[in-house]
Amino acid sequence: MELFPHSSKINFMHWRGPALVVAVLLLVVALISLPTRGLNFALDFTGGALIEMKFEKPADLPAIRKQLTEAKYPNAVVQNIGADDTEVVVRLRVEDGKMSTDMLGTSVVSALQSSANPVQIVRSDFVGPQVGKELAQQGILAVLFVGIGFLAYVTLRFEIKFAIAAIITTMHDVIVTVGFFSITQLDFDLNVLAGVLSVMGYSINDTIVVFDRVRENFRTVHNIKPFDLLNRSVNQTLSRTVITSFVAFLTVFALYLFGGEPLKGMAISQMLGIVIGTVSSIFIACPLLLWLGVTRTDLLPRARDESDLERRP
Amino acid sequence: MLDTPSWKKILIILVMSWALIYSVPNLFPQDPAVQIGGKTAADVDEALKERVQGVLEKGKIEFKQIAIEKTRLMVRLKDESAQSKALKTIAAELNPDPNNGTFTVALNLASTVPAWLRAIGARPMSLGLDLQGGVHFLMEVSELDIKAQNETRLLEEISVLLKGEKLRGTVTRGADGPVATLRSAADRDRFAGLLLNRYPGVKFALGVGATETAFPLVGTILPEENARAISTAIDANLTTLRERINSLGVSEPLIQRQGVSRIAIDLPGLQDTAAAIKLIGSTATLEYHAVDETARGSDKAPAGSRVYYDRQGNPVVLLRRVIASGDQMVNATSMFDSQTSTPAVSVTLNSTGARRMLDFTQDNVGNGMAVVLINKKPIEVTVDGKIVRSFDTKEEVISVATINGVFGAQFQTTGLDSTEEASDLARSLKSGSLSAPLSIVEERIIGPSLGKENVEAGLTAVIFAFIFVLAFFIVYYKMFGVITCVALLLNLLLVFAVMSVLGATVTLPGLAAIALTVGMSVDANVLINERIREELRSGNSPLSSIVAGYDKASGTILDANVTALLGGVAMFAFGSGPIRGFAVSLCVGILASLYTAVSVSRGISSMIYGGKQKLARLSI
Repeated sequence: MELFPHSSKINFMHWRGPALVVAVLLLVVALISLPTRGLNFALDFTGGALIEMKFEKPADLPAIRKQLTEAKYPNAVVQNIGADDTEVVVRLRVEDGKMSTDMLGTSVVSALQSSANPVQIVRSDFVGPQVGKELAQQGILAVLFVGIGFLAYVTLRFEIKFAIAAIITTMHDVIVTVGFFSITQLDFDLNVLAGVLSVMGYSINDTIVVFDRVRENFRTVHNIKPFDLLNRSVNQTLSRTVITSFVAFLTVFALYLFGGEPLKGMAISQMLGIVIGTVSSIFIACPLLLWLGVTRTDLLPRARDESDLERRP
Repeated sequence: MLDTPSWKKILIILVMSWALIYSVPNLFPQDPAVQIGGKTAADVDEALKERVQGVLEKGKIEFKQIAIEKTRLMVRLKDESAQSKALKTIAAELNPDPNNGTFTVALNLASTVPAWLRAIGARPMSLGLDLQGGVHFLMEVSELDIKAQNETRLLEEISVLLKGEKLRGTVTRGADGPVATLRSAADRDRFAGLLLNRYPGVKFALGVGATETAFPLVGTILPEENARAISTAIDANLTTLRERINSLGVSEPLIQRQGVSRIAIDLPGLQDTAAAIKLIGSTATLEYHAVDETARGSDKAPAGSRVYYDRQGNPVVLLRRVIASGDQMVNATSMFDSQTSTPAVSVTLNSTGARRMLDFTQDNVGNGMAVVLINKKPIEVTVDGKIVRSFDTKEEVISVATINGVFGAQFQTTGLDSTEEASDLARSLKSGSLSAPLSIVEERIIGPSLGKENVEAGLTAVIFAFIFVLAFFIVYYKMFGVITCVALLLNLLLVFAVMSVLGATVTLPGLAAIALTVGMSVDANVLINERIREELRSGNSPLSSIVAGYDKASGTILDANVTALLGGVAMFAFGSGPIRGFAVSLCVGILASLYTAVSVSRGISSMIYGGKQKLARLSI
């Protein structure tokens, strides 16, 4: 069975102009949205408290709000979740950088406890603002580290032009994915951060596979212009690119469908990342190589590599 | 051509058998159980076993088995309702006084993995808090507090040393540490020698501007000394927390240092979080002060004294010097004082505290001594836009008593409001006083029902991810699809085995990462299969196509996976909590998929096609 004709000769490079326009447009939208709209950071990063609780009988939200206001939580946000009226989520924001143990799940629940309608904690998160800040810093450090690691590895295994093209593509994918969370104002929590980091991995992975073929073709095929060589490489790997992305998308889709509420954000970031990562490795990474003026000679001095390749099992 | 050397085949078989054996423990269900631990291993004996068996039979609670496992007695039960009934019954029998129990009785899940498997170290993965339910705390000690405390301690010790050596001089607090001022150059040199050996963490320099009667030695507390003090405080807190948490009856608490000044506590399966917070969140300590007899009844404190207030708000003037404090306390038990008919706490001091108490009481029989209760509640406030953690400290004189006689190590504090207060205080003090107050900077509670939902959701996701992928491969690549599926299944087996042996904890993000690595190992297999097809198309023979397909794809697979692995390592290095769980699973998954896709799948296809010299076509 074949989903894609193996002899496809699509002129991808021909579309590099419009593709660039779209990519830059997406990037610009993300870059405008990020500082203006910002991200809807979950309390993992901002600090604060969230208490999900289940009452035995349907909960009376106005009464709960009143009780909380009286019990030193004037700014509590109270919402109903789930199908029945028994599950309630209470959110407490950090006020003036202040966070006290009164905001612990147990304290809040004890303020609402009554024998008439007993309540139990389903889940509670309490994160100090300092911890939240550190988690955010760790996230940024991780993204930087991954970026530098990629740059170094690709330079080592390929060549600096490949590394630059790969890193720009990856950063584009990450920024657009994060930008999506900014525009939709979906919760950005630790799980989504893990999702974004794996998008980086996925995006670079996809790009590397195409580059690998570009390198191979540069070494084996002679008398061909880089433009045609890139087209040929993309076409040769097209079937693999689409199948892999499709299957990877399926697994993440399973996560989205069955993984439950906590993993939804992560699954969304990954689904988006897989689509963008796939498209960008064709339409951004390869044109970038062209613009950077990659030639056969860039890869030639590394003859040693070829003997390495041959020795590989 | 397509033949795998026998040593590689043997290796594949060995690795896969190993993976099978070590992932099997995850299939055994766990029995709901009640575990009973004693203060010492000797407390858990056959007599206890019979006693527990007796109450269970009397209460008509069915159990599967009662056995001593290592140092604990494990009662295995049929279901969760029997488990909670058994817990109540056993706790009531063994610890009639809940505040002074000899035994810790806790809910647990007992492994049903056969002994021979356990003997070779095969064990199931442990479930993370998000899958099991429980509480996670992140506590922090205040570095500033510890530095200040340490400086005070140094100051005190150096003054004692000065007096002990019969040297004349004073010890004061300088800008960066203690300053000892002596009366002669000879004294100063001798004292400097003494200090040099005793306090390697403090640098002493000869002070400038020495006059004929003042020869200062200026101490600077080195950063190493501060780091050591923080380490010591964290260690002391770890010990104290472990003891305190033991009394909560949690089966497998995890208490560990995180970073410089933090302690992470995981209490799986804990239900009563209020009790936990009370125990570990707040710190109560006692200080014994002498009543300033010169200022009795006054509200003005002379030098060296300070005004405290009692519960009614009346001023009490006490000498600043602390006779004994909470950290010198060995034990505290609640009791009912027969003389005053009030709830009381009986206190035992360690030798340092006892000696100080003895010294003090010898000279002060008939004088007053007061107990100051200091409650510290952590708060966070903003100062100049910066978040500063500090403590809401409440100091209260809880009793002013006349010293009736000379005492040292053991005495009673009376005058508490209720038996409840007495037992609360005793419990908090008994497990030792925290040497530096801890504040909670993060708390996550996952209810047991949510844990179960998460396990189901996570497993369903992984299973469906798998089914989607397997179905696609078999349809798309036929025979090679089957080989790929076998390789993928072995990959999953290998991931579970490695995670189990590493003792890794599975979390919900961890399950997500496993689903994701399924996707990644798919990539490796697709690369191989597509490459084989390509070789076939360019007119190569089936066998050489398989060989070329594996060979040419391997380089690409390696490059692609190394980069993904870099991402995993970064997540592990910089992440914490859920991100780390994700990273561990991701890295293990990538490594396993590298091996299964390249080596194992090649091995399988060489077993299938290797013997056939004339292969007309491939099913791919």
